[in-house]
Amino acid sequence: MLLEKLRSIFRRENGAVSPVGTGPRYTSPSAGLSARKSSKKDASSVRQSRGLEQFFFDIRDVVGLSVLDLAGANQDNIDFLINLGHKVYTQDLVLSIDEAFGRDPAEQANPSRIEYFLKQNFDYPKDTFDGVMLWDSLQFMSPALLTATVERLYEVMRPKSYLLAFFTASERMVEVPSYAFRIVDNKTIHLTDRGTRPAGQVFNNRNLEKLFGKFASVKFFLTRESLREVIVRR
Amino acid sequence: MSSTPHRMPEPESRNTATIGKAVRVVGQIFTKEDLYVDGDVEGTIESQENKVTIGPNGRVQASIRARDVIILGQVQGNVETSDKVDIRKDAKLVGDITTSRISIEDGALFKGSIDIKKPEPKPVASAAPPAQPAQAARPGETSAVASGAARH
Repeated sequence: MLLEKLRSIFRRENGAVSPVGTGPRYTSPSAGLSARKSSKKDASSVRQSRGLEQFFFDIRDVVGLSVLDLAGANQDNIDFLINLGHKVYTQDLVLSIDEAFGRDPAEQANPSRIEYFLKQNFDYPKDTFDGVMLWDSLQFMSPALLTATVERLYEVMRPKSYLLAFFTASERMVEVPSYAFRIVDNKTIHLTDRGTRPAGQVFNNRNLEKLFGKFASVKFFLTRESLREVIVRR
Repeated sequence: MSSTPHRMPEPESRNTATIGKAVRVVGQIFTKEDLYVDGDVEGTIESQENKVTIGPNGRVQASIRARDVIILGQVQGNVETSDKVDIRKDAKLVGDITTSRISIEDGALFKGSIDIKKPEPKPVASAAPPAQPAQAARPGETSAVASGAARH
């Protein structure tokens, strides 16, 4: 037993993971990027994202932009955007959908609830945002809510601004995976599985182009995970 | 036998004013010491040179201005700090933040904007050059120390 104790001490001294909870991690203008390392086993993965890369390429070389991140406030995304010199607006849109409508997409057809949802989540002046990161939130909206949300986004985005959204490429799935998204760098994202949710509708390139018909352009990237990454220019 | 809660609120120091969880304040709060709020506050909270902590039972509908703000409870209102904002797990903040540094733990809910303002550099007092013993100038030379000191 004494030998086991000595062995465990030796292992700790040779680079074991430092204890969790060593204090809050602060973002300041001089803080660098950091890739999140999970110390526990969770359903997460890291992958390249052409859509994210295109989004940051499109807003490159400018500081002081207003970027709306709808992944839910997390230190990594805030760090990344602030270190680019931007002002960040953040909220968890998927959580807001649940709060306003519950998990049943059928509840999303009520016009007064839709108006309440837009008031709670997109109550910004016109032409506020230079970039909007919707991640996968739009794919959980039924047609009426989705159309109203996209119209509101058009109003609150500045001309020549960009929007990033992910949609499942599968036209058969009724329930689709939901993820928490964290930015690792300008072309890499960390995904944490949040289970599955009912898809609001079936998505294909044609109906997405129609959905964003008022916008200037729509660009698609297809991933190996059957996800359609979309960059839309206002 | 008492059970220790998973997240302990900030320990109180002798120089910390406290609003307990049974207390409700409506109005403007100005303080020149750290403030710990574990009750209900509606209005404004201002503690420019100090820390304001919203405890886990704190329910604040107010704008907060302080050196540092730590949130463990719920805040609806804008937060402005000269140093840092710390939003802990299970906390909820709806409002805009203006600060130099920010920390958000996983599990915290935040809805609003974050504007990072770099702290202004403190003015550095110009130091007079250290006095040196007078040196006899060689023939043809002027004393650099004497002429430098005269400029200051």
